[in-house]
Amino acid sequence: MNDFTDASALERAAKELQSWEANEVAAFLNKQQERRPAFRTQSGFPLKRAYTALDVADIPLEDIGLPGRYPFTRGPYPTMYRSRFWTMRQIAGFGTGEDTNRRFQYLISQGQTGLSTDFDMPTLMGLDSDHPMSEGEVGREGVAVCTLADMEALFEGIDLEKISVSMTINPSAWVLLAMYVALAQKRGYDLHKLSGTIQADILKEYMAQKEYIFPIAPSVRLVRDCITYCARHMKRYNPINISGYHISEAGSSPLHEAAFTMANLITYVEEVTKTGMHVDEFAPRLAFFFVSQADFFEEVAKFRALRRVYAKIMKERFGARNPESMRLRFHTQTAAATLTKPQYMVNIIRTTLQALAAVMGGTQSLHTNGMDEAFAIPTEAAMKIALRTQQVIADESNVASVVDPLGGSYLVERLTSDFEKAIFEILEEVERRGGTVKLIEQGWFQKHIADFAYDVALGKQSGDRTVIGVNKYIEPEEDAEIHTHPYDPTTAERQISRLQRVRRERDNAKVSALMDRMVEIAKDETQNLMPVTIELVAAGATMGEIVERLKDLWGTYRENPIF
Amino acid sequence: MNQAIRIMLAKVGLDGHDRGVKVVARCLRDAGMDVIYTGLHRSPDEVVTAAVQEDVDILGVSLLSGAHMTIFPRILKLLEERGGQDILVVGGGVIPDEDVDALKKMGVKEILLQDTPPQVIVETLRELVDARGPR
Repeated sequence: MNDFTDASALERAAKELQSWEANEVAAFLNKQQERRPAFRTQSGFPLKRAYTALDVADIPLEDIGLPGRYPFTRGPYPTMYRSRFWTMRQIAGFGTGEDTNRRFQYLISQGQTGLSTDFDMPTLMGLDSDHPMSEGEVGREGVAVCTLADMEALFEGIDLEKISVSMTINPSAWVLLAMYVALAQKRGYDLHKLSGTIQADILKEYMAQKEYIFPIAPSVRLVRDCITYCARHMKRYNPINISGYHISEAGSSPLHEAAFTMANLITYVEEVTKTGMHVDEFAPRLAFFFVSQADFFEEVAKFRALRRVYAKIMKERFGARNPESMRLRFHTQTAAATLTKPQYMVNIIRTTLQALAAVMGGTQSLHTNGMDEAFAIPTEAAMKIALRTQQVIADESNVASVVDPLGGSYLVERLTSDFEKAIFEILEEVERRGGTVKLIEQGWFQKHIADFAYDVALGKQSGDRTVIGVNKYIEPEEDAEIHTHPYDPTTAERQISRLQRVRRERDNAKVSALMDRMVEIAKDETQNLMPVTIELVAAGATMGEIVERLKDLWGTYRENPIF
Repeated sequence: MNQAIRIMLAKVGLDGHDRGVKVVARCLRDAGMDVIYTGLHRSPDEVVTAAVQEDVDILGVSLLSGAHMTIFPRILKLLEERGGQDILVVGGGVIPDEDVDALKKMGVKEILLQDTPPQVIVETLRELVDARGPR
């Protein structure tokens, strides 16, 4: 007896399937073979010609369940977009705080409902704008933030108790969080009212995005410090955004994106619970970030499977009792690496389909990429089309009126369960081989990511993997008329002049005493570095100075590259 | 006898996007070239020193950070100063068309952008080395 239907009905379905294959299918195949000998998802799951009740007969009904109820396969909330659409959160960041503030104000005026901040490479790597390695990169790929004064300019005129702010920042995340707190304190905000997210997912940096500063152990400790600080002082703030996005963009399959992210989750939860904090004290604020790739149904299944896997891990492995600790919430960004330069307007269509998959998968917030991102960071016009894409899905397509509309689809339920099983198998393998940190050091994840990226590149070359405009329907002499985002050459000068002013005007003796205290706290692994860092940035210490002091203590990380 | 082409692939600056450079490294190695990959976050100085020491035919620099107009001139100048002017410099990554032209005028031999098929990269590099002739 199965859950989906009764045994005699299944028997009839099996007979009918056999007869269909022997008759209609066979007759058609006689006339014309199918386009390929076999069909697969991007991750390599085989795809049948058609799915029937037989394919879901072994899936327990309670694994599918209901939205807002364990194991949350169908969504983290019972009413989902019937209550409120996902947060439309277009990332922005370039130039100085003032420059990005203007883009924020524009996006808010266009109906955007959350902010998301991209920082420039020096900020991401913990370097001040006047560091020699920062040359040419200040304010180019994101906004430059070295001091609290920069952060004040960034959020000037924006009510941070009203709008949630996400910050894409990793090895230097705790310093930026400290600035955010210092800014809130200066404005007299209630810290418990602030909502937002710092990415702060350092493990995926070693695996994929490669923005790291310190060795793994102290880096994970900094993540732990952010999580425990927020659990006590910022109840609505997400202290980490555990991210598959960058794993995927670095080249992994959707399956590895999902599985490696869960491996990282396990490491963080273990690290925090070691401090004596119960999982229910912090897990409700763990947030996730995934890509939405091109393979529509596989992506929907991926999101659904991730929710189920997370719920089971948190409950069964970590003993969570609060349902909110088992409810995976995630941000999605469409897949930047699928964007093409040739016939770049086609990127709007790609992004639309990826966005739709994210919505079908039950995302909590969404960034849709700009059509021009294969050229440079996006223009305001490209961001507007991207935002409008989300608004059309939300307000015109009617897909948001039913929760988990693909739930119960034979295909999607089968793929969801296959995905879940495959994720747990990979997690077991990671454990068998010695755990996530050890495998990062051995380059195990990195190798899997590079292997899949290589296969994709060869697939594009052979045409096996179609990319319109690149290996099919190519227009040879295409002249792209496109205005890309301009880089203001005065950026670095404006940025560095404020940095120097802060250094000039602060109380150096105070900063220096706080720095010494920070080093003492850093040496004692049981202490939390957040409070002293908040004091430091409030006193005018720069991010680069804070990071440099800790580099002296902890050293830096360098990977042994494999290809 | 034809000697294998020696190429150094480098990530310069703070940019950690290494998907493309690793794919290219593997394609070139599979095509029989001698490939050295510097790893991430190198300075122009480190890369040029290594390229001259290793006596490579080609120095391939991957940049997706937008800092190409700062970094390529620096590399070309350092190569000149250290006797590496016969090393062929090529680039790859996200680089706008107008900058591609400017970089070529500056002395970068070729810019191979995203989605260039691996086979085209291999052929382009072979042609560049053939055109340079024996050293």
